Amino acid sequence: MSHIRTFSELEQEAIKIYNEIKDKDLKPKDRMAIPQMDMPSQDPIIRGKNQQEVALGYTKEQAMVEAARCLQCKSAPCINGCPVSINIPKFLEEAAKGEFQKSVDVIKESSLLPAICGRVCPQESQCMEECTVGKSLKDKMKSVAIGRVERFVADLERETSEVKTPEIKPSTGFKVAVVGSGPAGLTVAADLRKDGHEVEIFEAFHKPGGVMIYGIPEFRLPKAIVEKEIETLKSMGVKFHMNFLVGRTRTIEDLMEKDGFNAVFIGSGAGLPKFMNIPGENLVGVFSANEYLTRSNLMKAYDKERVDTPIYHSKKVAVLGGGNVAMDAARMALRLGAEEVNVIYRRTKNEMPARAEEIEHAEEEGIKFHFLSNPVQILGDETGRVKAIECLKYELGEPDASGRRSPIAIKGSEFVMEMDTIIPALGNASNPLIKQTTEDLITNKWGNITVDENKRTSIKGVYAGGDIVLGAATVILAMGEGRIAAKTISEDLLNNKL
Amino acid sequence: MNRIIAKEQLSADVYKMEIEAPYIAESRKAGQFIILQIDNDFGERIPLTIADASLERKTITIIFQAVGKTTIHLSKLNVGDKITNLLGPLGTPTKISNVGTVVCVGGGIGVAPMHPIAQAYKAAGNRVISIIGARNKDLLIMEKEIKKCSDEVIICTDDGSYGRKDLVTAPLKELCEQGIPSEVVAIGPPIMMKFVSETTRPFNVHTMVSLNTIMVDGTGMCGGCRVTVGNETKFVCVDGPEFDGHKVDFDNMMLRQKSYKNQEDHATHKCRIGLNEGEK
Repeated sequence: MSHIRTFSELEQEAIKIYNEIKDKDLKPKDRMAIPQMDMPSQDPIIRGKNQQEVALGYTKEQAMVEAARCLQCKSAPCINGCPVSINIPKFLEEAAKGEFQKSVDVIKESSLLPAICGRVCPQESQCMEECTVGKSLKDKMKSVAIGRVERFVADLERETSEVKTPEIKPSTGFKVAVVGSGPAGLTVAADLRKDGHEVEIFEAFHKPGGVMIYGIPEFRLPKAIVEKEIETLKSMGVKFHMNFLVGRTRTIEDLMEKDGFNAVFIGSGAGLPKFMNIPGENLVGVFSANEYLTRSNLMKAYDKERVDTPIYHSKKVAVLGGGNVAMDAARMALRLGAEEVNVIYRRTKNEMPARAEEIEHAEEEGIKFHFLSNPVQILGDETGRVKAIECLKYELGEPDASGRRSPIAIKGSEFVMEMDTIIPALGNASNPLIKQTTEDLITNKWGNITVDENKRTSIKGVYAGGDIVLGAATVILAMGEGRIAAKTISEDLLNNKL
Repeated sequence: MNRIIAKEQLSADVYKMEIEAPYIAESRKAGQFIILQIDNDFGERIPLTIADASLERKTITIIFQAVGKTTIHLSKLNVGDKITNLLGPLGTPTKISNVGTVVCVGGGIGVAPMHPIAQAYKAAGNRVISIIGARNKDLLIMEKEIKKCSDEVIICTDDGSYGRKDLVTAPLKELCEQGIPSEVVAIGPPIMMKFVSETTRPFNVHTMVSLNTIMVDGTGMCGGCRVTVGNETKFVCVDGPEFDGHKVDFDNMMLRQKSYKNQEDHATHKCRIGLNEGEK
């Protein structure tokens, strides 16, 4: 493992470079020569025992230096890589000049939640993948660290100035119900409210924020940031109803027929956790990542002194899967005191869908990776608790339809690892609840709601977006869907199509 | 909302509460449950079955045994207090139809969730025979309410302090031998539901059980409530809470119920046979 540079080393480096470039008229060659600014982070040994955020955020100089690496390409390929089409060169240009407020204002034209997206977007497979700097250096990880600058300007605004409440158009008299308060729902709510519609959000949990509250851990996305965004929505006049399960507490039909909502947006998110359907999955000590993370994040089970919700005491943990949720669960298990945390993934590191930074952080923290391995069964002891996991070795075969090389089992390669906890993080099937209680709502064979390109469902006045449409995806994709849905809803309302 | 408007202690540690919950009162059907949480930041979310509801008063009634930290805390709330978070109704409602004679078996605190189901079967035109049981007379709850919606009631206590000195499975077996039940519904401790299912199995009488497992969200997201039913994994919160008792793997379910046994606060558990004293 390479030496992890300290905060002050990184700060000094940035100041030095900043002083060299600040008065210069930078040519593309000069910009290309600026090294990428590393993200200062908590020491791996220390952070493995706390819930505080791992990445500490750029300093002012780091943000300006990093932003100066942008070549300001006329074609701006990075914008095409962004699901919500943020004007990336423009916000970087402002940040490079130290015009941080202007910079964040540019982002906010397109994205509601920059402090969140700067932290959780998979930049390396979006904007950074398209960035000319990365392409020239033949390494997308060396592209302009767009998300880190985004995070810096958003954090600075939140920490130093009153966050401006967006302007609200005069009331249209229309009322829209938003089901779910995750990234899709919050985006729809904000956009519709700005257009002058009345918006009420219905959330099943006791706290708003969806996956950003129950799923993504504090050490990756501090809850205070999400809460602040929700405060902004409240100050805009969006109403929140907690402990309200649409489909059960009231149906979509009730909302439209009895409660006078002109339109409903369904952003109910991920559903039932997937399991592998291998023997032993219902033994004591097997938890879906959803459950494990909900207990630790939403229910704060890490705060053992004050909190009633229990969490399993684990020594040896195996997390199954290679996505962000798998990384979150593995790193959470470490923080909850596990002595050894393993990630079992059937492909190789290159195929892992998790953000590169999360994989890197997990490695730094001492999480062990077992690639090209897949569980065959979970073994229990005489009391029905997990005692081991049996896996099979794999090798990569020919590329499949998705272009990824699919893993093929190697016969006779079984091996057993002693474990007391197994956390499958294999994605989610769709939640059947709204489908079951909403007649005429068409879903696909996986139960995801079918929508047209403008997010209209099969029912007039009902729209959907986010994971309930996409299957398990990302915060930014859910936001992108929400943005399109809000535009359609507003148009349909104002054009008397409903 | 969520204000407690009536509270009654039914036995040593069993309480009944009527809570204002207009939406849940309007939407709930027999067999459904709620999840409640007393402290927004530190509390645990626990599932409890809806025992009754009133449309006029816009209330639901819950009956619970004060055995864990949250239920003990709940038992200390009084009329006028509010329950911070109350979510429901959850779960798939009981499929009620007219099948002939339905035997409703309720054990201990399970008599409470049995009540609305017995009511619904009665209203659908069935002959309802209820078998209710408890360890002793003092722990028997809702006898009056069950009598109101049953054509016949058989009471069993373990110690014979009231009704028959028998387990609920004894009169059930007699009824099965006479070919009386068209269908059996059982709600109570898992071990009771297991033996009720074993009792009816040889007679091939369809037996429905209502499971109360560990849950976090209760809406089909966490998967903590999963049970093995006919070799398939099912989720109690969305697929249940009711399942075919002949297919449920009760042994696995009982083990899963004890997942956090080691961590549950010793102080909150009052052992009735005095084991705690021995341990200290």
